[in-house]
Amino acid sequence: MPDTLTPDRLQPRDALPILFELPYDARPLVVPGRLLLHPAPDLARLVLRGDASALGVAFSLELPTQPCRAVEANGRSALWLGPDEWLLLASPGTLVPTVSVPGAAVVDAGHRQVGLILEGPSAPDVLAAGCPLDLHPTAFPVGMCTRTVFGKAEIVLWRQDNARFHVEVWRSFAAYVHGLLERAAPL
Amino acid sequence: MSLRFSFDGRSYLGEPGDTLASALLANGVRLLGRSFKYHRPRGLLAAGSEEPNALVEVDRGYGARTPNLRATQVEVYDGLVARSQNRFPSLGFDLQAVNDLAAPLLSAGFYYKTFMAPRGAWAKLYEPLIRRAAGLGRAPDVADPDHYASRYAHCDVLVIGSGPAGLAAAVAASAGGARVILCDEQPRFGGSLLADRSARIDGLAAPDWVAAQVGVLASRPEVTLLTRTTAFGWYPDNMVGLAQRLTDHLPEPDPTLPRERLWQVRAKQVVIAAGAIERPLVFPGNDRPGVMLADAARTFAVRYNAAPGQRAVIATTSDTAYRAALDLQACGVEVALIADARLRADGPLPAAARAAGIRVETGMRVLATRGRRGIRVAIMGRIDLDGRVRNREWVRCSLLGMSGGWTPSLHLFSQSRGELRFDPASETFLPGASAAAERSAGSCRGVHGLDDALADGAMAGSAAAHDSGFDAALPAPCHVEGAAQAGWTSPVPARRKQRRAFVDFQNDVTSKDLLLATQEGFHSIEHVKRYTTTGMATDQGKTSNMNALSIVAAELGRPVPAVGLTTFRPPYTPVTFGTLAGYSRGVLFDPVRTTPVHGWAAAHKAVFEDVGLWKRARYFPRGDEDMHQAVARECRTVRSAVGLFDASTLGKIEIIGADAAEFMNRMYVNAWTKLAPGRCRYGLMLGENGFLMDDGVAGRLAPDRFHVTTTTGGAPRVLAQMEDYLQTEWPELQVWLTSVTEQWAVLAVQGPRARDVLAPLVDGMDIEAAAMPHMSVAVGSIVGVPMRLFRVSFTGELGFEVNVPAGHAQAVWEAVHARVEALGGCVYGTEAMHVLRAEKGYIIVGQESDGTATLGDLGLGWAIAKAKRDFVGKRSLDRADMTAVGRRQLVGLLTADPACVLDEGAQLTEAAAAPVGTRSLGHVTSSYGEATLGHSIALAMLADGRARLGETVYAQRPEGAMPVRVVDPVFLDPKGVRLNA
Amino acid sequence: MLLIPCPICGIRPEAEFTYAGEAHIARPAEPASLDDHAWGEFLYARTNPKGDHAERWRHTHGCGRFFNAVRNTHTDRFITSYLAGTARPHGTPSAASPDAPAMRNDTEQWGQA
Repeated sequence: MPDTLTPDRLQPRDALPILFELPYDARPLVVPGRLLLHPAPDLARLVLRGDASALGVAFSLELPTQPCRAVEANGRSALWLGPDEWLLLASPGTLVPTVSVPGAAVVDAGHRQVGLILEGPSAPDVLAAGCPLDLHPTAFPVGMCTRTVFGKAEIVLWRQDNARFHVEVWRSFAAYVHGLLERAAPL
Repeated sequence: MSLRFSFDGRSYLGEPGDTLASALLANGVRLLGRSFKYHRPRGLLAAGSEEPNALVEVDRGYGARTPNLRATQVEVYDGLVARSQNRFPSLGFDLQAVNDLAAPLLSAGFYYKTFMAPRGAWAKLYEPLIRRAAGLGRAPDVADPDHYASRYAHCDVLVIGSGPAGLAAAVAASAGGARVILCDEQPRFGGSLLADRSARIDGLAAPDWVAAQVGVLASRPEVTLLTRTTAFGWYPDNMVGLAQRLTDHLPEPDPTLPRERLWQVRAKQVVIAAGAIERPLVFPGNDRPGVMLADAARTFAVRYNAAPGQRAVIATTSDTAYRAALDLQACGVEVALIADARLRADGPLPAAARAAGIRVETGMRVLATRGRRGIRVAIMGRIDLDGRVRNREWVRCSLLGMSGGWTPSLHLFSQSRGELRFDPASETFLPGASAAAERSAGSCRGVHGLDDALADGAMAGSAAAHDSGFDAALPAPCHVEGAAQAGWTSPVPARRKQRRAFVDFQNDVTSKDLLLATQEGFHSIEHVKRYTTTGMATDQGKTSNMNALSIVAAELGRPVPAVGLTTFRPPYTPVTFGTLAGYSRGVLFDPVRTTPVHGWAAAHKAVFEDVGLWKRARYFPRGDEDMHQAVARECRTVRSAVGLFDASTLGKIEIIGADAAEFMNRMYVNAWTKLAPGRCRYGLMLGENGFLMDDGVAGRLAPDRFHVTTTTGGAPRVLAQMEDYLQTEWPELQVWLTSVTEQWAVLAVQGPRARDVLAPLVDGMDIEAAAMPHMSVAVGSIVGVPMRLFRVSFTGELGFEVNVPAGHAQAVWEAVHARVEALGGCVYGTEAMHVLRAEKGYIIVGQESDGTATLGDLGLGWAIAKAKRDFVGKRSLDRADMTAVGRRQLVGLLTADPACVLDEGAQLTEAAAAPVGTRSLGHVTSSYGEATLGHSIALAMLADGRARLGETVYAQRPEGAMPVRVVDPVFLDPKGVRLNA
Repeated sequence: MLLIPCPICGIRPEAEFTYAGEAHIARPAEPASLDDHAWGEFLYARTNPKGDHAERWRHTHGCGRFFNAVRNTHTDRFITSYLAGTARPHGTPSAASPDAPAMRNDTEQWGQA
């Protein structure tokens, strides 16, 4: 019996010969001039826990220590989710398959959740159909990210631009979140 | 442009801007409803949302039928279909009006006294009869076809009400850039200003000034303007619920639009400018159609151009009714008399009325009214100090406008937990100390008069903006002309000895009922209210509470505050269930969680069951199989060949860190230190109270990394319990927990041929028994997809659980399924899984256990690592009760009739006969029909069960007791030969 | 919906939080050394005051941290919040304040107005 099993291989999905399945009918939704709702591009995701500096070195990105803030660098984004917790988003195939960082934990969450993008001037109001946070730019500025709720589901909400939000949701809640956004979109 | 609408099947014309009330009045319709208890004919009392009488139902014709709407709030549109309520066969001729003749029997509390005997008749006979006779509208009988929206909103200042004070507050509050929301229940902003024909503000007629202010507000980007929006409730930390009606006023609403929207507004500061409601006078016959509030009559005439009558008598204790009289006269209504119950009336408005040639009598009041379906005569008179009537006079009229002064609308203020203060001068309650970040402005805090209300509103708005962090200079005061200052009133109490003088119009409560209640010993207004039902109707006593209070206080000879004031509660006006439900209906009622294999299962005719929020495939019927046949076939196939099962909903937690094993030792009863990487263990988790909380297999991937599974339903609870201990009790441990439930899909391959299924699919892995024995885990790949492979079994067969990233699950599933089929296997669902595990005596947490079961009870005591100094729940295991004789223990049951399937939950008894009072020995926890063993099986928790093996007890059933033999809970392969194959 | 001050994320809506019982009840270091009564007290005895109450919350749908807060159980107002493992701040009385107003109306839970 080996001391340690081979670590999971972190494989970019597009390197696989198998079609990746989205957990819901991800048709884009357009309300002209007001809202565009579409799936986020394919992303690799890691949950990072523990020592910020060790993790920063391992992933070539200084992790944000200010609560509820995201940083982007080198084509990667690190979203602060808790005092020792970050969500690392990157293009598929760009993350080195390392999972062992001293004083830290790294877990592949690439298939645990999916991303949705809401763009357009109505995006904050449509999100307000289920999110109890104040999404005014003075209260939820560009670069802010947080776990929160949307209706009866938990989401991670990240404001990438004044009128662009990135929503991360666990895959089995994605159909609900997408359905509620669709329902709320006509305002 | 006229609008055609119908009321009770008759067609009428209305004008844009009309309410159903004003349009019917303009068409000469005065009878709009029948009263709740006595079925007395009723007309309009008010012009606004406080209307108690004119409740109607509106029928959209596609199942969207809304009862109990106030006609004063229903906007007329082309094609509106409205009906009166609570009458049979028609509004004009209501058979149940016989109740009115029986009024002496129907006094306060009649149902407590009259319908006592025989016992039991209340629920079966009396209550249904009473409910049918006394009632509101009919509840809709089909699902609501409309849909509803909701939204959270945040602002610096929320202004409730858009009369003079509210408008001024909104303009002042938003001047410095604060985020302001202004809402008003009416279709237009302006409140009382919309019915003001004499005032000029800053040189503009009142409605024009309103338009100018709304224009200013609309030009400010941080201002949100909401009409048709009722602030109905105040919730903690300045959250105010608003109900916005979006399409009810439209003739042909766009079906994609929501009908109503709930706003949950979080406001840093709130300005309540809710206005005041006129108080009716209490005299016999005050509910006859044509008797209405004086200011309502004025509003109908001025704002809606709808004459409330041709010849009016005004009865008042207040100056404002004089303005109503003057405006009615100016609108062409003949004002025959103003009867002022006060002994003097010499303010500017009475003077103006006299100057306009209107007859004014002081010290005069209404003694009674006459008229069959509407008032024709008001009987007036003066009353001596000794109670004798003088100067009795019959005055012909079709309108009696009454005013007993004004009641500030304190509903929201009181809901915010502000303290009410009684003002003896005006006999009203006013806002006292605030409990929330709010301030009242205008007539809802007793500031009447147009210029005062404007100034008060501006002050409140600017202060609210300041308190929410904005610069707010007070705007220059408005210049007001033509708004004669109305002197305040000294309400005159109602006469004691009078019959059928209505106080609560909607619940048909008279002054006599209130006196009866006080005589019968109800001295607190809260008790009087419950006994008489005064103030308990859908209008929550907006027009009645203060009169009821005055009458009770006068009768008891106590000051009003000593009698108390009933509590204000949401909603201010009724809110539809649709608005409160919002999006949470149909497929959006709850998230429907599906596994990555769901689509495949649905395409293969799976029958699903709900497990928490998850949909799980229960069984896969073939041809015309019923559930039992399908499940039996699936079970037999697993036992004889191989089955494929979707176990993706199992909770999964990755536990990582140098102290991972130590953490596992503390959380679970088992020993983990010596578990080698690559091996698994069946983990059992207790609550600190020592009872079983959850179970699952944990695999050690590395010295510092465990992959732990939980029950489907227990996943969030288990993770929360782990986080709790980690964060708050043992923060020194270097461990991190991550939920990977949704990262990994789980394909269970179970059966004697399981290895044959997987061997050609796993990429270069040795899965023979020597390399992968029972309870082992390996990392590799399957058909090119990364995999964590567990050799575990929940069936008693040789089994594997293939964990693959969820996005690839369906592809892997299809590859595995092809092999399963090729080897004579099949897919199976949760029902077969339940049967298979029960045959093997495996428990399901929450089915065999119920929060009071110990591991010893469940036969799982072997798992406890007795050498461990401590783990969660260990100390509780030492309590004497936890090992006491007589505890219920897990056993198997075999029915005397092998075809008999017991009910889960069936009670077990010593003897077949179980008369009332028989002590239960235990209960059946799981029960399944014949599948692979040739007979039905059951699991049960039985008192001292393990000592009873071989005995016979009785399972109680509706059709008679069934003898059952107590056996070991492991029905199949107790030595585990199949498991370890 | 209450607003709850998370000591890490700031003031956030109640929907993001989970209540977790009375604060400052540490798990005994040696449970085995407690007699049944003392262990029962640890498991079940709580102060349940009318007034200021130190209690645990978890910002479940936020930063995920457990923390402590002092909330007045009569007014339902939060007075302060602080990190788990830190002491209750000074100046937050530990029992019902004697000047807490009596219930305005003891029939408040019944019926509509």
